[in-house]
Amino acid sequence: MIAALLATPQPMSVHLAHASAWAVFAVGAVLILSGALGVVLLRNPVHCALMLVITLFGIALEFIDQSADFLAAVQIIVYAGAVVILFLFVIMFLGVDRRERFMREPFRGQKPLAVILGLITLAEILVLSRVGNWSTGQHGVAGDLNGPGENIQKLGQSIYTRYLLPFEMTSALLVIAVVATVVLARQQSRAPSELTKDEQAGVAAAAADKAEAKR
Amino acid sequence: MIGLLSHTLVGQTVQAPATGCQVTPGKVTGLCQAFNSLHIPVEYRTILPLLVLSIGALVLLVISAVLPKRSRPGLYPLLTVIISGLAAGASVFQWIDVGNHAATKAIGNQIFYDRFSVLFMLLISVATLFGALLSDSYLQREGLDGVEAYVLMLLASTGAMLMAASAGTIMLFLGLEIMSIALYVMTAYHRRRAASGEGGLKYFILGSFSSAIFLYGAALAYGATGTTQFDEMSVFLARTTLPNDGILLGGMALLIVGLGFKVAAVPFHFWSPDVYEAAPTPFTGYMAAVAKAAGFAGLFRVLLEGFHSQEANWRPAIWLIAVLTLLVGSVLAIAQRDLKRMMAYSSISQAGYVLIGLQSASSQGTAGALFYLLTYTFIIAGTFAVIGLVQGEGEARNDLGAIRGLGRRRPGLALVMLLFLLAQAGVPFTSGFLAKFYVIAAAVNRGQYALAIIGMLAAAIAAFFYLRVGLLMYSSPEVDETKEPTDGAALAGLRPIPGFDTPREPALSQGPGAVAASSDGDGAVALLAPPEGRVEIPFTVGITLAVCAAFTIFAGVSSPVLDFAKHATTYF
Repeated sequence: MIAALLATPQPMSVHLAHASAWAVFAVGAVLILSGALGVVLLRNPVHCALMLVITLFGIALEFIDQSADFLAAVQIIVYAGAVVILFLFVIMFLGVDRRERFMREPFRGQKPLAVILGLITLAEILVLSRVGNWSTGQHGVAGDLNGPGENIQKLGQSIYTRYLLPFEMTSALLVIAVVATVVLARQQSRAPSELTKDEQAGVAAAAADKAEAKR
Repeated sequence: MIGLLSHTLVGQTVQAPATGCQVTPGKVTGLCQAFNSLHIPVEYRTILPLLVLSIGALVLLVISAVLPKRSRPGLYPLLTVIISGLAAGASVFQWIDVGNHAATKAIGNQIFYDRFSVLFMLLISVATLFGALLSDSYLQREGLDGVEAYVLMLLASTGAMLMAASAGTIMLFLGLEIMSIALYVMTAYHRRRAASGEGGLKYFILGSFSSAIFLYGAALAYGATGTTQFDEMSVFLARTTLPNDGILLGGMALLIVGLGFKVAAVPFHFWSPDVYEAAPTPFTGYMAAVAKAAGFAGLFRVLLEGFHSQEANWRPAIWLIAVLTLLVGSVLAIAQRDLKRMMAYSSISQAGYVLIGLQSASSQGTAGALFYLLTYTFIIAGTFAVIGLVQGEGEARNDLGAIRGLGRRRPGLALVMLLFLLAQAGVPFTSGFLAKFYVIAAAVNRGQYALAIIGMLAAAIAAFFYLRVGLLMYSSPEVDETKEPTDGAALAGLRPIPGFDTPREPALSQGPGAVAASSDGDGAVALLAPPEGRVEIPFTVGITLAVCAAFTIFAGVSSPVLDFAKHATTYF
């Protein structure tokens, strides 16, 4: 997109279109970055999850900028709507809707190391982007909306024709998710010898209560 | 999957507007054109084994829902064996079918239908069959019997098959995820062993990172070449010279890292010992065979198919990874006192030989690597079958002491284990020797003398710890604290080396022998007495052992299996 902005002079209307695309891109970028910073920096996990919504909205905006309207809608419905809600559910269920103490580092020197690595990565990206013009391949089939037809129609067509097999095989992932939930979340039955001391005491107390009630 | 079954319907909906398009002469609207060109036939025979496995998994789920709980032990493994047997039969049919016709791309060009993928489908079906046979007695012993394990296994195999057949990075990634996510859960399957859950979580987190890295690589490769299809990539790269190929090289490197993680190549191997130790033993054997084979299939597809013209760029990288994998795997295996951890490092070092085959970038190297993977499937299934037997209930004894004196307690079992160990060490008249020989010969033919010598050196180092286990099996079962036993070298190797392998805490390896198993090795004698009692060999495990042993000898003395592997490389 940046390459498009730097292209040779165009008629006025194209300029305007480019300017608006640029504006949308900038707003989206600011949203994405501020949301991401909020996720990392805020202390309350619930606030973090809500900041994630801002990031996801920003990404949806960028999708619109690329004229991928359907993906933008899906981005909001699936990620902002469902996934973040799921995060909030988990946060509430685990009872961590309180302030966490982040001062204690799990690994010594983790924070400075993270900062250094982050700076190195940033420097790398900047250097790479300055080094010269990147050679990239031909236009892909899934790029900016090429040719006639509407966004959703094209997406549906490629999902149900060219990408039919990948699309169908994702169902295997869903089956695995269901089975995995059953395996991992099922109440485990343990032999008495495998219980912890507290649990053994609890079992004994329950048995005593039962005996009491019987009498 | 439903959609695949109703492909005629898809075909009709796609075609219907085309027939309804009243085209004025000389002016075809773009929409009609689009509809006409997008009709995609679904050739079921090209994904037959995959369909058998995934539909089989659904059938198992339905049966388990209909039947009363705990109706018949052994029903699900039996069905799984039948399903994977059918899948194996389907891949044999495919082998003949590809021979009669030409290798093609199928189902919207998403998968390759060639002998390379068919060979992997057969390999994965067989590994699934062994996995089901071995899981039966293990899961019953541990009180974990249920349909879930078999469903996960079948679905993991489906993903692995997709990886092997993938014709593009999208399909490859999808197969990778299907396989990996099922394997994460299988690692954490033993709910009462804390180590199992811990290992599963570790595998999940590291595996997710590696998947993300793979995906990033796929995105960069797409950016560089403008396509996700391997053959289109190779055409593009052959036609075009990229003056600034940073994106391409970055994408290639990240793809190698992502797949290198799945095959546990050094330096992406750190998960492997922990996960091998944590996973239930039959699943470890299954994982060692299937995940490795599928990961290598992906690597071959990406590097030999997609980046064939970039050979000069990736071969040095694979050279380095192969050398590291061979040496680190072999050397660190010597330091292990836990059987499963030792086999983990051993399988890392074995992956190094397949990498030698890949590095050769020739059809001989590919044939050697395929032969290696094929024979390794049988060897590793047999090895983990024996480990599963000697470890006892609750995986109490995974230390080397558990196998001590096996030659006296169960001579037959010890003999079979010795065969598998010798095959892994690469002793002549076993399949392991021929496999090592062919990949090293391929390296020599490409002038890679250094790599060939390092490969042989690593085999010599590895022979030490394989023979040590062999000696242990035939040494006296009594632990004599005063007299130095005959296998003094073994004892030296058994002392833990700081930093390499911290023995697991007693609390983590729950079971009757936990305290004994975790005795520190700082004293003079690190070996423990072998477990009491007779090792019972269930029927299913016995069958597996017999088949694996027979194959290991058969493939080591005759050539049909190698010819089989050679035929699978015709596409490249």
